Amino acid sequence: MIKTIASVELPVDEVLAIQKRRIAPKGKTKGLKRISVVTGIHGDELEGQYVCYELSRRIEKDFDKLKGIVDIYPAMNPLGIDSITRGIPAFDLDMNRLFPGNIDGNMTEYLAAEIIKDVSGSDLVVDIHASNIFLTEIPQIRINELNEKELVPYAKKANVDFVWIHGASTVLESTFAYSLNSTGTPCLVVEMGVGMRITKEYGNQMVDGIFSLMKELGIWEGDAIIPREPIISSDPDDVSYLNAAVGGLFIQNVRHWETLKTGDLIGQIIDPLSGKVLEDVLSPVDGILFTIREYPIVDEGSLVGRLLRKEAYEK
Amino acid sequence: MKKRIIYELKGLYRDNLRITGYEFGKGKKSVCIVGTMRGNEVQQLYCCSLLVKKFKQLESDGRISPGHKILIIPSCNPYSINIQKRFWPIDNTDINRMFPGYDLGETTQRIADGVFKEIMDYQYGIQFTSFYMPGEFMPHIRMMDEGYSKIETALKFEMPYVVIRKVRPYDTATLNYNWQVWDTEAFSFYTTSTTTIDRNSAGQSVLSVMKFLSSLGIIKYNHSESDKKSKVVYDTDMVSVQTAKSGIFEPLVKVGDSVREGTPLANIVHPYDGEILETLFAPTEAKVFFMHSDPLTYANTSVVKLI
Repeated sequence: MIKTIASVELPVDEVLAIQKRRIAPKGKTKGLKRISVVTGIHGDELEGQYVCYELSRRIEKDFDKLKGIVDIYPAMNPLGIDSITRGIPAFDLDMNRLFPGNIDGNMTEYLAAEIIKDVSGSDLVVDIHASNIFLTEIPQIRINELNEKELVPYAKKANVDFVWIHGASTVLESTFAYSLNSTGTPCLVVEMGVGMRITKEYGNQMVDGIFSLMKELGIWEGDAIIPREPIISSDPDDVSYLNAAVGGLFIQNVRHWETLKTGDLIGQIIDPLSGKVLEDVLSPVDGILFTIREYPIVDEGSLVGRLLRKEAYEK
Repeated sequence: MKKRIIYELKGLYRDNLRITGYEFGKGKKSVCIVGTMRGNEVQQLYCCSLLVKKFKQLESDGRISPGHKILIIPSCNPYSINIQKRFWPIDNTDINRMFPGYDLGETTQRIADGVFKEIMDYQYGIQFTSFYMPGEFMPHIRMMDEGYSKIETALKFEMPYVVIRKVRPYDTATLNYNWQVWDTEAFSFYTTSTTTIDRNSAGQSVLSVMKFLSSLGIIKYNHSESDKKSKVVYDTDMVSVQTAKSGIFEPLVKVGDSVREGTPLANIVHPYDGEILETLFAPTEAKVFFMHSDPLTYANTSVVKLI
């Protein structure tokens, strides 16, 4: 069943509608567990699109194994997805800084409030992001330290490679996940792949993870993989950030999720005009590269990578 | 006057980003005035340019009190202004959401850090800034309801209104908020416009800054005493008039107009057949404080604010 959860008339002959698909077993659904898969809050992040499709396809293939409700929300920001815009077009606002919204507020606040209203009460929410157009991320779950206790057990079942428990920040209080977690609906934030692209391998890995979670929740009685055991990091010192020392063109020298030693060459920042190497980007620590720069143009300060220190995964 | 580069970032194919400051007077760091952070804040740039011109004159006339230093930074973001883009050219981040900054962080964090290190010790901070929605305001001073800034100080600008607004989570990364964390009394200055130049409200802002500094004894500036005191308004007390329909926005009143209960404020017109879809009326006797300025509007949008 496809349902419109919020709609607003646009100025010229168009209605903006946010839709979800509910897949549920036949018969009564009252009392059944519910998982919600949400994506497309940022219009330039498309990795979750494939996950939504593949999840539906696999459920339908073994529909009789479904014992709970699966709500799929593929496009929280339809105008952004349709116009390759990260935020909400015309408003230039990051939708993930508008929650919990306001039902009596302006269009963007109203949409945010309707989304929260519809998703709240799920037994678990998976909010899939795809980094941005600049960085590629290994499939990972990010958890606010305030929700570590409730969410880490779910994250371990999600078939991701890495669980990053980060510090609380006031700015993040306006995110979709914070709004849900602070009001009793558990929400996992997935980051994987890169903006404007689909990485099928990661998408399939995530779909496997969602089936694993569904099985854990009693929503799925069919087969599910044994989830991979993620590296879990909660110490801020576990992560080493690499920022460009100069502006230029970043050329990768290593692959994503590669284990590196201190001094290994991660890439070079070059100047095509002078033909010179401006910076050798070297690994500052022994560790695994879980984020790498995808978009080549960098300013001074642009993030070119993130490493998880060896000590973190050897703990 | 001393003109110097506050922060510089090397460009790849563009000229370097230079954030330029103008210093007047010598002594303790008394007042810092910051202009554009976003590429569409042309009015804010214009106001600061007028202030630089005014301070040059004050300094040459010996009217800056001894022991006071004033710093004006007309623009923290020439890169965005020059390409007419609101936020940072590459990653679309907002410098005014990056304070206090981080010198080893991402580009806009570094810019915020570079600027903030220069301006964090001032006793008073004034930022010419803009609202996220397109529209015109009654010129006013805006401040947060929690923090280091005092209402009594804000009144010294002698602007018609001082608006007190509730702090929201995203405010913690703005310049105004961080100034206050580091014990600067910080005030946001809203003139009428953002993307277009309004000479009258720009002139009013210069005069207001002169009155402010004069009342604090930082400059010597003769001006006629006004009997009218600023009206202090809480943003929660403003009356928002929202659209129920989307369409062409046809304003019927102007910012600053006094309206009676029932006065038509704006029409929303069907974009194809010209029929009036909705007329917005004043729910109370009030003054128009904010008016939407785009030719189109969405439903559920606060297009008029009344006080």
